[in-house]
Amino acid sequence: MAFFIEVLAGGLLAGVMYSLVALGFVLIYKASGVFNFAQGAMVFFAALTFVSLVERGVDFWLAFLITLAVMVGLGIAIERVMLRPLVNQPPITLFMATIGLTFVLEGLSQLTWGSQPHGLELGLPDVPFEWLAAKTNINISQFDLFAALTAGVLVAALAVFFQKTRIGRALRAVADDHQAALAVGIPLQQIWAIVWAVAGFVALVAGLMWGARNGVQYALTFLALKALPVLILGGFESVPGAIVGGLIIGASEKLAEVYLGPHVGGGIESWFPYVLALAFLLVRPQGLFGEKIIERV
Amino acid sequence: MLYREAGQFKSTYAEDQQIFPIRQDRIGVAILLALAFVMVPLVANEYWFSAILTPFLVLSLATLGLNILTGYAGQLSLGTGAFMAVGAFMAYNFALRLPWMPVLGSFVLAGLCAAAVGIAFGLPSLRIKGFYLAVATLACQFFVLWALQKIGWFSNHSASGVITAQRIEILGYTVDSPAAKYLLTLAIVSVLALAAKNLMRSETGRSFMAVRDMDVAASVIGIRIMHTKLLAFAISSFYCGVAGALYAFCYLGTVEPEAFDLDLSFRVLFMVIIGGVGSILGSFLGAAFITLLPIFLNLASEAIAHAFDVQISHAIQSNVELIIFGGLIIFFLIVEPQGLARLWQIGKEKLRLWPFPH
Amino acid sequence: MRPERNIGAPILLVNGVSLAFGGVRALHEVSFDVREHEVRAIIGPNGAGKSSLLNVINGVYRPQQGTITFKAKTRHDMDPHEAAAQGIARTFQNIALFRGMTVLDNIMTGRSLKMSASFLAQALWFGPAQREELENRRKVEEVIDFLEIQHVRRVPVGRLPYGLQKRVELARALAAEPDLLLLDEPMSGMNLEEKQDMCRFVLDVNDQYGTTIVLIEHDMGVVMDISDRVLVLDYGRQIADGTPDEVRCDQAVIDAYLGVAH
Repeated sequence: MAFFIEVLAGGLLAGVMYSLVALGFVLIYKASGVFNFAQGAMVFFAALTFVSLVERGVDFWLAFLITLAVMVGLGIAIERVMLRPLVNQPPITLFMATIGLTFVLEGLSQLTWGSQPHGLELGLPDVPFEWLAAKTNINISQFDLFAALTAGVLVAALAVFFQKTRIGRALRAVADDHQAALAVGIPLQQIWAIVWAVAGFVALVAGLMWGARNGVQYALTFLALKALPVLILGGFESVPGAIVGGLIIGASEKLAEVYLGPHVGGGIESWFPYVLALAFLLVRPQGLFGEKIIERV
Repeated sequence: MLYREAGQFKSTYAEDQQIFPIRQDRIGVAILLALAFVMVPLVANEYWFSAILTPFLVLSLATLGLNILTGYAGQLSLGTGAFMAVGAFMAYNFALRLPWMPVLGSFVLAGLCAAAVGIAFGLPSLRIKGFYLAVATLACQFFVLWALQKIGWFSNHSASGVITAQRIEILGYTVDSPAAKYLLTLAIVSVLALAAKNLMRSETGRSFMAVRDMDVAASVIGIRIMHTKLLAFAISSFYCGVAGALYAFCYLGTVEPEAFDLDLSFRVLFMVIIGGVGSILGSFLGAAFITLLPIFLNLASEAIAHAFDVQISHAIQSNVELIIFGGLIIFFLIVEPQGLARLWQIGKEKLRLWPFPH
Repeated sequence: MRPERNIGAPILLVNGVSLAFGGVRALHEVSFDVREHEVRAIIGPNGAGKSSLLNVINGVYRPQQGTITFKAKTRHDMDPHEAAAQGIARTFQNIALFRGMTVLDNIMTGRSLKMSASFLAQALWFGPAQREELENRRKVEEVIDFLEIQHVRRVPVGRLPYGLQKRVELARALAAEPDLLLLDEPMSGMNLEEKQDMCRFVLDVNDQYGTTIVLIEHDMGVVMDISDRVLVLDYGRQIADGTPDEVRCDQAVIDAYLGVAH
């Protein structure tokens, strides 16, 4: 029983980490209708830039600020070079463009900083809480809990941002219809620059968390693929959905790996979240929190 | 001046429906085929066959398959690699366990297996659209590769799922030289490309495009949506399956499941985008472009290394390649979202007027 | 009003059809009939449920109550594919053409139900598939001649002006050789000249092919001139049903259009 709870807890916390990445997707999708496949590459780029600065002796918080500035700059550059010419193109075109962007970012990251993996120290030990382990024999890592808290704060802040502020409303308008938003005078380009910059910030936070956990290496770019089932479950436009989806995917993935895996030869984490998401889609094509798509004839 | 249609009148619908209604086009294609079948085997060397021509043809076939599904029928798929893998491994198994079966028969059966997998993973398309469908195909991509690796039967219980394609014997003649493999691949791809063109200009192609453009209207006309979507998955996967078999038998020789990973699926998708969505010609153009690009970049970097007397490390080269790759995709999407095929069309229009300005 | 013609027995019977979306009532116990070879107009203010009614007849929407009887077969609902197979064709208010295809291909899709060659035969092309394709091409060319759109055969429909697109949509519906043709505002967005052309085409279809026509239209002049009988809807209910002259003088209709408080 204790083991089950441990696995479950581990899975939930891993799920929170997925949500962190998924949040970046939701942000951009909510605000511009673009599914940013390059989010994973952005996480990688942010983490790599930060860690390379720290390794060259730059102070932690200064490196954070510099990387943040870089990410914001990157966001603005992406808006200018890639998004502006593609205004009003069908979503599939934009999606393919972000795949291209992924490649560019990957190449750029490694060209600038090299391709060796780096370790990342955040000052949080990945050790279980002693008193919990002593009392109930359940190991929950301090680091994981901190990551969960960070994600929680981020989600709350973003949810408020979208619902309550004027900019949040403008973002939602833009996501619905570019041309209509332009027609009512919403400064599309500024909005997009803001969104991508915020997504860059989220990517940085996610990059720090993941980098500390798994090291900063090329595999981080594949986080995009991990986030997809999360987004499907939670719906592409829902901030709370990203969290719930992340929890479900994280938990079920871990549980399946531990309890199901040994019976079928292991390694099922590669496809299990996807098949789960697929099964889910068949029942609710718009995800848990997504909006139903109505087609008028 | 040369490329004029003046004087070429069509007096029957049959003439009007030809694949190449303009005489100059027909001559051009005939010359191209003559070059491909006759000249190239006489002139090219081994490197060209095994590193450029054969992979180009094989990937063109896969691109054709994906174009049928994503370009014509509008069902986004990221599982191309998986379908190719099924084709490769099943062709190997059929050749292994049914030694009396001619190799071409194994290819066809392998294609049919891939089609079956395609239908199975295409079933979600009846409820799911767009990105969500892409995710379903990703499930297929990951699951199939995992299964091919874990279930020993597929690779005849070899370590890590590696298979070595058997020798190809057709009517007593062994196909093992690069030139012979090239010709076999060329023949198969030509036949299948013709079949694809015929399909896309018939009712099948029209119903695919109707479902892509507006499926409610399509069902009102009487087109059966489920039937059409599943047929698209089946035909597309068949093509990808045969491409996979050719990939193993005529190109690489030895493959493992990883050779058909997500990276390959993306590469084929890029070929579709750059070549031109919904175009048979575009599939070939896109495949040529992406096959030749790394070679071109290689040559360019060697030239630069010579000219400036610097050493360009392999790592730098491959990263630059990534950047250029991604950059080109974005460039194409901005400048000509309909890809090289559209540029070709525009070129032909200009050629009709040449040398006159209008 | 049109001179007396060969109007036959009822071909379509709509009986007590009620349709609701969630809490919104689109149609409330609508019952009427359509006789063979006639031109039936459905009119009413915006939001009265006219398009929904066509959607029910043609299987796109499922009514909660009521039945549809077409060619003596009564059913509660049917799917659009069946409706097409039975001989019902339609056009849409917002033009539902396939933008990625040329005019010719769009109209050829209208012949979809008449084509039966298997996909293997099509891949081969020569033989039965080609014969079938050419035969259907011939039929489609007849429709193209009829609607005078020869000059835009090979143009992708997305590039055509609005009026021509509507004509192409009509062509696609006609290509199916339907028994019942449902037209949803075929003349909306057209100038006077285009409207006159469209009226002429609609009447020619009815005269030459004997197709029964049900059309939704806002232009009263058109309705009065070309239709045999008119059904008036308001807020999902039918408030009048008769010849154009009868309906024109009906008090309920006048109230609905002038907006008397309900």
